[in-house]
Amino acid sequence: MLRLRWMRRKLRQPESKDLAVIDSIKAPDAVSVRRNTYVWTRRLLPWTFMAPAIAFLLFMFAYPLFSNVQMSVQHVTVGSFLTGIADYVGFDNYVDLFHDPLFLSSLQRTAVFTVFSIAGQMSIGMGLALFFWRAFPLSTALRALMLVPWLLPLVVSATIWQWMFDLDSGVINYVLTSLNIVPDRVPWITSVSFAMIATVITNIWVGIPFSMAVFYSGLQSLPREILEAAELDGASKWQRFWMVILPMLGPLTGIVFTLSVTYTVKVFDLIFILTGGGPANATQTLATYAYQRSFRNFDWGHGAAIGNILILIALGFAYFYLRSYRQSLQKEGAD
Amino acid sequence: MQSYSLVRDLTKTLIGIIVVGLLLFPLYWMLNASLQPRTALLAAVPSWFPNPPIFSGYENAFATQGQSILTSCFVAVSSSLLSLVIAAPCAFALVTFRMRWATILIFALLLVQMIPNIVMANSLYTVFARANWLNTYQALILSDASLSCPFAILLIRAFMVTLPRTLTEAALVDGATYWGAFFRVILPLSRNGIVTAGLFCFLFAWSDFLYALTLSTKQKIVPITLSLYQFIGSHGTDWTSLMATAVLASLPPIILLLVGQRQIAAGLMGGAVKE
Repeated sequence: MLRLRWMRRKLRQPESKDLAVIDSIKAPDAVSVRRNTYVWTRRLLPWTFMAPAIAFLLFMFAYPLFSNVQMSVQHVTVGSFLTGIADYVGFDNYVDLFHDPLFLSSLQRTAVFTVFSIAGQMSIGMGLALFFWRAFPLSTALRALMLVPWLLPLVVSATIWQWMFDLDSGVINYVLTSLNIVPDRVPWITSVSFAMIATVITNIWVGIPFSMAVFYSGLQSLPREILEAAELDGASKWQRFWMVILPMLGPLTGIVFTLSVTYTVKVFDLIFILTGGGPANATQTLATYAYQRSFRNFDWGHGAAIGNILILIALGFAYFYLRSYRQSLQKEGAD
Repeated sequence: MQSYSLVRDLTKTLIGIIVVGLLLFPLYWMLNASLQPRTALLAAVPSWFPNPPIFSGYENAFATQGQSILTSCFVAVSSSLLSLVIAAPCAFALVTFRMRWATILIFALLLVQMIPNIVMANSLYTVFARANWLNTYQALILSDASLSCPFAILLIRAFMVTLPRTLTEAALVDGATYWGAFFRVILPLSRNGIVTAGLFCFLFAWSDFLYALTLSTKQKIVPITLSLYQFIGSHGTDWTSLMATAVLASLPPIILLLVGQRQIAAGLMGGAVKE
């Protein structure tokens, strides 16, 4: 029975070059016992390679995430960790959140932070990719150097920018006041109205190398003939970008966009170090708010609920990315 | 005509240097601050060059951060090795055996990378609290490996897909088992892919801040990132030592970029975007 199922599966995969398929169809009865064990080892063999990875995924992702969902429907306190007992409260934690002004404003700030960060990263990244498109002396070395901000620990980046944004000794205020762009020093980190701008600027700086590198590789793979044809037809640089290059980069832009969204909604280190979510919650996003609820207020139930909402947001955008990834997998399988 | 394009090229180089200079200015500013005395840093007009450079910040950083750097190295190396040991056979299986499960697993690997870290930190804290593993190395190493392992599997898989399938088949015909083919044929040939994955695993673990912050509650295990954060709190205005510590924390990524620039650029593509 099992063997039949296996054979049927094998036959459904015409690309399989496995000779065993043909053998097993005509297998004489005398060797069928041996074949059965052969089939079983063949079936189990892949799992011996994947077992550690699957065990790791189950232990480090499936189980913790399951317990996160469990916590989000419980009233969890410090005592719950000691006793292991927490009351089941149904969806109360979620309902509470949607009546919590700080949660709603954090949701809004997450959206603002994400939209402006991504707009900045993608447009500057695209501009730089276009600039570096045609090689010039030193262009390879310069491109490599630009990857540094992306590799730096976020803690370091946030610390540097904190120093540069410093009210009295920061270089940004010095330059702005010396050039008379602003009349007075700007309290970047400490004022409610500027803290979000400072975090967005820092996050754009961190994200530029990634979008530049991906757009650069996309530009390299564009077919030259079409671009040359557009040039011959008298299209201006501007027209070529908007009407030829951008449409051809469409799918790639979509991927960069979704990856950037899933990355940006979860930014924690950077905000936590730079402003700590303050002043007066001016830079509190869902990620930092979840941390505050769980690790500062020891209110694990609500913290878990915020986390699960954050997962839903990230995965909603991930759907588009996965769809395009699937298409590329199918192409790979067809080769 | 020739000279025209040369001039244009050099203009582009000049603009390129200015742009990259602006983008990397924060790094220079960190280095600059790490070499200046406190009085110069708090002056109304900043000094654009350390004149003369002083090294007391670094002496201070080495004296207080040595232990943290060792901790970071140990945790990052262990979690990278763990990730690679788990990832390499799995990547081989995904490439070699055609299973319906393979696609599901690949999607799972992509999905788990998109789960916000704060959610994982929240969940892992409760799991490790129950297991009484808070403030242990194994908890931090496992958590850091969870940052890099899914990425490493996909990266090594993307590399192994480019190797001809006939290599494994030839080894099997010659009487090798699948494990034999993996160890003696595919693994040596995938060396570049594995090194790249290893670089990234190290970087992910080295840069981790959130797991260090949440999983160690007793100041027993303090990697350099956490140490830097605590430095901000305790030495508020000692920017010289703070920036010297930041320089030390950013050295490994910069060295890795210089050593493995090609690999890193390839990895950036391989893991994130499949052409």
